Parts: sequence; structure tokens; C-alpha cells
Amino acid sequence: MKRPEEFPAGMEEALVPWEGSTSRRDFVKTSGLFVLGFSSVGFSGVGGIGRNGSGDPGEANPYPDPDYLQLDSWLVVHEDGTATFYVGKTDGGQGTGTAMRQMMCDELDLAYDRATLVMGRTDMTVDQGGSGGSDAIERDALAARRVAAEARRVLLELASERFEVPADELAVSEGVISVAAEPARTATYGQLIGGRRFDVALTGRNVNETTGLAAVKPVRELKIVGQSVPRYDIPAKVDGSLEWAVDVRLPGMVHARNVRPPFAGARLVSIDESSVRDIPGFIRVFREGNYVAVVCEREEQAIQAAESLALEWEQPETAPFPSSEDLFDYMRGATPVGAGTGTSPRPRVEGDPDAALAGAASVVEAGYDIPFQGHTAIGPAHAVADPSDGQMTVYTNDMKPYSHRTGIAEFLGMPPERVRVIWMEGPQLYGRTAADDAGFEAAYLARELGRPVRMQWMRHEETAWDTKGPAFAIDLRGGLDDAGNVVALDYRARIANYAHVGYNQADTVLIAQLMGIRPERPSPGGGRGPDEMYHIPNRREETRAVRFPLAFETPLRTGNLRDPNGPQTTFAGESFIDEMAAAANADPVEFRLRLLRGTTEDDATFRRARSIAVVEAAAEAFGWEPRPSPREPGDGPILTGRGISYGYRVQTAVATVAEVEVDRESGRVWVKRMVCAHDCGLVINPDGLESTIQGNLLHGISRTLYEEVQFDGERVTSVDWRTHPTLTHRDAPEQIDVVIVNGDPNPDRPDLPHYGAGEPSHRTVPAAIANAIHDATGVRMRRIPLRPERVLAELTAAGA
Amino acid sequence: MRRTVITLRVNGETHSLDVEPSTPLLYVLRNDLGLRGPRFGCGLGQCGTCTVLMDGRAIRSCMRPVSRAEGEITTLEGLSADGELDPVQQAWIDEQVPQCGYCQNGQILTAKALLDRNPDPSDEEIRQGMNGALCRCMTYYRIQSAVRRAAEANR
Repeated sequence: MKRPEEFPAGMEEALVPWEGSTSRRDFVKTSGLFVLGFSSVGFSGVGGIGRNGSGDPGEANPYPDPDYLQLDSWLVVHEDGTATFYVGKTDGGQGTGTAMRQMMCDELDLAYDRATLVMGRTDMTVDQGGSGGSDAIERDALAARRVAAEARRVLLELASERFEVPADELAVSEGVISVAAEPARTATYGQLIGGRRFDVALTGRNVNETTGLAAVKPVRELKIVGQSVPRYDIPAKVDGSLEWAVDVRLPGMVHARNVRPPFAGARLVSIDESSVRDIPGFIRVFREGNYVAVVCEREEQAIQAAESLALEWEQPETAPFPSSEDLFDYMRGATPVGAGTGTSPRPRVEGDPDAALAGAASVVEAGYDIPFQGHTAIGPAHAVADPSDGQMTVYTNDMKPYSHRTGIAEFLGMPPERVRVIWMEGPQLYGRTAADDAGFEAAYLARELGRPVRMQWMRHEETAWDTKGPAFAIDLRGGLDDAGNVVALDYRARIANYAHVGYNQADTVLIAQLMGIRPERPSPGGGRGPDEMYHIPNRREETRAVRFPLAFETPLRTGNLRDPNGPQTTFAGESFIDEMAAAANADPVEFRLRLLRGTTEDDATFRRARSIAVVEAAAEAFGWEPRPSPREPGDGPILTGRGISYGYRVQTAVATVAEVEVDRESGRVWVKRMVCAHDCGLVINPDGLESTIQGNLLHGISRTLYEEVQFDGERVTSVDWRTHPTLTHRDAPEQIDVVIVNGDPNPDRPDLPHYGAGEPSHRTVPAAIANAIHDATGVRMRRIPLRPERVLAELTAAGA
Repeated sequence: MRRTVITLRVNGETHSLDVEPSTPLLYVLRNDLGLRGPRFGCGLGQCGTCTVLMDGRAIRSCMRPVSRAEGEITTLEGLSADGELDPVQQAWIDEQVPQCGYCQNGQILTAKALLDRNPDPSDEEIRQGMNGALCRCMTYYRIQSAVRRAAEANR
């Protein structure tokens, strides 16, 4: 079928491997659709718009960084009046690209279908860091909007010169500029600048501040923003025509597979290469330190060789970590790493929590346990690396292609300008591909072999060795006064986040660690309490990291997992708020509103107003009847209940209500209905936002009900979908209602910002479900995941 | 090493291939025939990402030796033959189902096989019929809406 989008076809052109003897100038001439883009963006004039603005770095530096201070790096108008936008972000399937294209089209005054958008190529798009932190819409799109607005301003200036009419007497509509008083006099964007460079410098101390002279449009003038434009990437994902990173095939390419240590911390003693030498297509075994990989001509041969390779490993004398059964006792009993450093910042204290607890009418105490959870991407890690002519091109779904490039360059000892990373679509990112090990491995093997190498991990490897969301053990104490008001809150968390991989660091990716490369000390991950806007006069928040004996080359290395730490800390925080509400015999919604309305005398007023708005909106949309929890339990085999949870992330406020059915006989929990009230400011694409929130909610249900990394004292024993289960079709809610809220105390201001939505709603899910189970059964579930056997055990113990 | 010429019928075309007979069908489709629809997910038949239709039945190509790939094989690419999207694919676009989209090959083909044998499934039958196709972006809610929409379009 004919593709609805031109862009994928162009991407294929761009995938022609770079040849050292061919200048980029020639490449421009021969590469079809991209000719216009390249010729204008700088492939034919790199010296002029290079970062340093001098010389011709083309010869020495094959892949110079696109200069964010040049308009031409961001936006090209073609002769036919269409435009191509270049942004340094990636899209994990939440519609980031579509939304950014909407925003840039709006500022440029160009119809949405007259533009395409290129994302995440280090040689072509400015370094906006790739994806992470749900910041694309909140931060990076604002820079992109300003650049597109500047392009429009320059086009108006060009038209003003052509017509000899002041710019403010011109009108613009969908890429056509006309003289307001003489509508017959028109010029298209293509006529004004098509195929040529703007040559306009921008300003800004860093890429986030990039701006020209033009201001962005006030919200009321935005026409494409706010529409549910269909995602441009979906048709090619549905008809099978899209080329993904996993599909890249290059001439002479060979296939690689890793061989991982059978025990965490094992030392490789010897390899018997004769065990695989007779496998057809066998090329080589690579070994450096404890890193082992096999390379064969065909993919299934490489898989067979990896399975057949005979190795001798030596098990470490000390157990690398406790078993998952003993994890929480271990975490509570271990001496944490020093306070005030890395993962263990100093406690945050307000008021006098100890005195307030001592003087409280009643004190509530509870502990919550959240295990390690895997990313367990649906497609294991993969990349293709091409080492031809002394350069290195990596085709990857790494969500942060820029640090992937610098990390690989450092790892291989190559100058970064001889390395380029081309982001392509891949299985979900959610933080896993912020340090995509496979790209490093493919690049290493490709350089060693001198041929293009395709690496892909196997399922057992992905599940056991991917980066993990850290385990938490959280103990809370709360003090209530005679009237049931919260007077004190004491939050103390232990977090197993001592071997964090960071972003594509050359000394923390798995291949580096297995080779024996070490950072000076383990990379600390972050650790802080739940973000909420409750007014509680006396509180302490303390998060301290605990370490395991094995801190390097460990399968329990942690990495950012969607809304890092948010679901864990909010599970504890919002479950505990519910426990205090129950102790105060208060309705859970009313109890939260009381805490949010406690004061208006600080700078959190804006955040509190928006928090109140989402809690009220969620309760209203659900049809929440005020009463304390738990309800009177029913007699039948199915118990039903409702629970609410609220969270705040960066500048986005969310409240979620879950309605659950608990099967008394099996312990199975089904989240039948969810209502999510969501305030992320200005909404760019309502349907895209709803889809993103739905994904967040269901991913949250999966982590709440099923997901746990299991391990014994030797190795991770979660190796597939049976041993690290995930939500399935059977578990999908019957109804999900997303309520878009704008709780800004001044909702009509023209510059209403757009905040992030890729993660915030995720954190509200675990507590909403646990609170609903408590409402239904009177039983409080404090240990994630809420698998049927665990729920049944608690129900039986409580006689419920 | 046994090497025999294997004959495969894929998307209406016949291919003769000189491959090891035990090679999983998945790698032949992807690496010898250059198809992109079926993708590696687990190699264990647990996730459905590698699904293809064999004589209209959804099978896991990661588990099927190429020597036992008898009958007419249809991949995602073959569903939209003659430039016309299958109603299931159209429903996927109308409901804006995919997020990352990596698993959607398996979701679409599983739905296609389900609707071919049961054109008017109940909600419960959709849940049951689709249950083996995993999605880590958790687009299940929209997938189930799309299956209902495709069933209506077929009516």
C-alpha cells in the first residue's frame, strides 16, 4: 500500500551506510527525499553552521553536532512549501513526535499534513538529550515552538521585502503570506525560502533556552494544538511497512549473541571453543574479562552457538545478594550507606515531628514493601553497528541517542565526531533504553570484527539482566489529634538503589562492567519520598540506600523505570494516608482535601489548587459516595470496593480512583474500573494524552498485581513471562475514564504552559488498588505485588 | 548437516529456500524473506510478538521449525494485499491502538484469526481469545475496542 507518510521512505534513504570515500555533499545529491533537508540543514555547508562556525570540519569530523543556535538546524522549508522539523527527542509510542509537530506547525502557520518531523539522529537533530523525565512537551517543545515562531517571523520579513509592505500589514494562513489590503498578492513559504537556508542565528545559553526574536503565539491563537490529530507513526506500524531498529540489515552484516555468567558475580575460568566450532556459519567467540559473545553468519546459528558454548565459571565465595524471600528483612537490617551522600541525602525535616508524635492523640504505624521490578521490554535489547571506514554508526532504539553516542565513543576510545547514533522505533523505552547495553556490545564487536554486527538479547537475558526498578522498604508513622487531623508524619525509606546505571555511561553499562571496567564507586540512584502537596506541620522524610555485597556486574543493577521511584513511594504514602483516614473514621477523599486545604500561606498555593481540583474531579467522575473505609463487606464470593490515590510529579497533578473486585476464593483482584483526573496544563493532543494515561494506568496495574523480580542467593530466577508475569488481556479494566482537568487558579492566561504526561499518572495506581482492596475486604495489603496467593493468605488470616 | 530445499508459501508467493530444516520460521521470514511484521519477543511461545497465520490459524513462528511450516503463511504485510487494509488493521488505526507498536503484529493477527473463526465475539471471548498476546505498553483496553470495532465492520 502507499504509505500515508513520506518520512519512512526517506528514512530508508538515510540508512544507506556511510562510506568514507563519499562526501556528505555527494550523499546529499543521491539521497532522494532528504536532499532538500540536508542541503539546507548543513550537509553541504557544514563549515558555515558548525558549532564553532569556522573551517570545514567535514573532513576531520564526519558527524558534526547540529548547532542549536542556527535556525536551519531545526527547520527546513522545501521548494513545494512543505517543511521538515528536526528535534533531538525520541518517541516511545506516547505521541511525542506528533505533538511536537502539531506545536511547530501551529507556530509556523503551516497545515499539519504539510510537515514531517525527524527525531533523535545525532548527526541531524540538535542535542535535546533524547527522551526522559516526561520533559519533551514540558521543556523541549517550548524551544521548538520558539524556533518555529522565529521562522514565521523571518518569512514575514522576506515577504515584507518582496511586497514592499510592512510586515504588520501582511496576513499568514497555512504557509501562504498575503498583503492584507490586497489579498491577491500572495507568496508561499516555498517561494520565499524553499530549498534555501534561513541563515538566521538564534540565542540561548543552552538548547532549552533557544529562542529567536519572535514570541510564541498566545494559547487562544493555537489551532492545531488541542486537536486529536492521529499519530503519524501508527499506519506504518499497523501495515508492517515501518523499518524498526530491529529490522536494520546491512551488506556483510553478521549476527551476535551474548553468553552471560550463570551466577551473579561469577568469574570466567575458561572457554572450550571446540564446542561451537562445527556450528555452520560460526565466525568467532569474543571474550574479555567476564564478557562473552559469539558471532555467526546467521541469527539462528548465533543463538545455537550461544546455547552450546562450553564454559567454566567460578562462583563467588560470598553470596552476591540476599534471596528475594529475605529481601525486606535484609534491607531493614542492613547498615545503610552514609547519609548526606548519593542515594542517602540528609533527612528533610519540617517542624518537630518527634514532639508532635509524642503529643498526638493517636499514632498510626505501618510498613510497606515493594520488590525489584523489571522493565522486561516486550522485545529484548538490540542494535546494529556499522564500523566501515573508521567511523561507527549505531542503529538503535536508545531513547537517549546523544549520550549513547558519547558513551560508545568513550568506551571504544573513538572521537565522538566519528560516531553517530541513529534512533529508530523499538519496543517500549520507559528508562530501559537510557543505557542500552546492546548498542555498546554491537559497536564493540563490530569494531573488533571489522564488519557490521547485529546484536539481540534473548528473553532470559533481558528479563534477568535488564535494569531494574529499585526495591523499597518504607516505614511510616503518623500522629492524629483528637479531631482526626494529621499533626505529624514520619517517613523512613530504605532503597536498594546502590548500583544504578545512569545514562549510557561507558563504565556502568553491562559490557563494561563484565570486562572489569569500574567507576570509582557505584553510581547512586535517586531517592526521595512521595511528592504531594499535603499540609502537615511536622514531618520528617528520610531515604537511605542499602547495598548488597555485589555492586558491579550485577543483574540487580537499577535504572530508571517509568516514573522512577514514584509508584513505590506513592504506594506507601497514599496507602498510609488511607490508613490514617480509616483511623480517623474519615472519608478518604474528604480526608485528603482537608490536608490539601490546610494552608494557603506558602508558595504551594498553585500546586495545591491543582491538586484539590484533580481529587475533586476524580471523585465526582467516579460517583464517589462519602463514607469511611472499609465498607460493610458483602456475603458473596466477590467483594467490591473503591480506593483513591493522588500524586504530583514535577508540575502535573493526578488523582486516580480504582474500583476492584476481589475473589474471596482465589484471591484474584480485578480492577474493573478506573477514573483518572489529570492536570498537565495545556493539552496538545487529547486522544494522545488519553492513550498515554491509559498505558500508565494499565502498566501500573501490572506492577501492582503481578510484577516482581525473584532471585535466590546466586542469580535472578525471573527469566521469562512465567517467572516475571505481566498484565494480560484478561485483566484489562472494563472501563477507564480519563478526566482532563485544568485546575490552574488563573486558567485563562494566554501563556498557559504544557506539562509532562508520560509518567505522572503511573504513580497513583498501586495505592488506589490497595486502598480499594481495603475498602472491599477490610484487609490492608502492604506488600507489592498483590498476587492472588498473597491476597488469599491475607484474607484467610483476617477471616474476611 | 542436513540441508534441504524448503518450499514456503508466504503472502501468496512461493519461495524455495536452502536452509537448515530446524531453523525457526521466524528467522527465515525476517532474514531470508526480509519481512518485518513478525518480531522476536521471547523465543518461547509465551508473548505472541512473532505471530503469523498458517492457513488462517495464528501460530508462533519462533517455535515452528521451517520444515513444519506447511500451508499458506500470512504475515502482517500480507494482510493488506492489493493496497486495501484489512478491517482489523483499519480498526487499529481508527482506535489509535499502538503505542510503541512492537507487539501489535501479534495483536492484529491474533485478532484476525479470532474474528475469522468467531465473527461476533463477546467481551469475554475477546479477552480469552486475545489473552496470549502480551503488550508491555498495556494497550489492551484499546485493542479490545478495536476488535469490537472490526467485528462491527465485518457485519
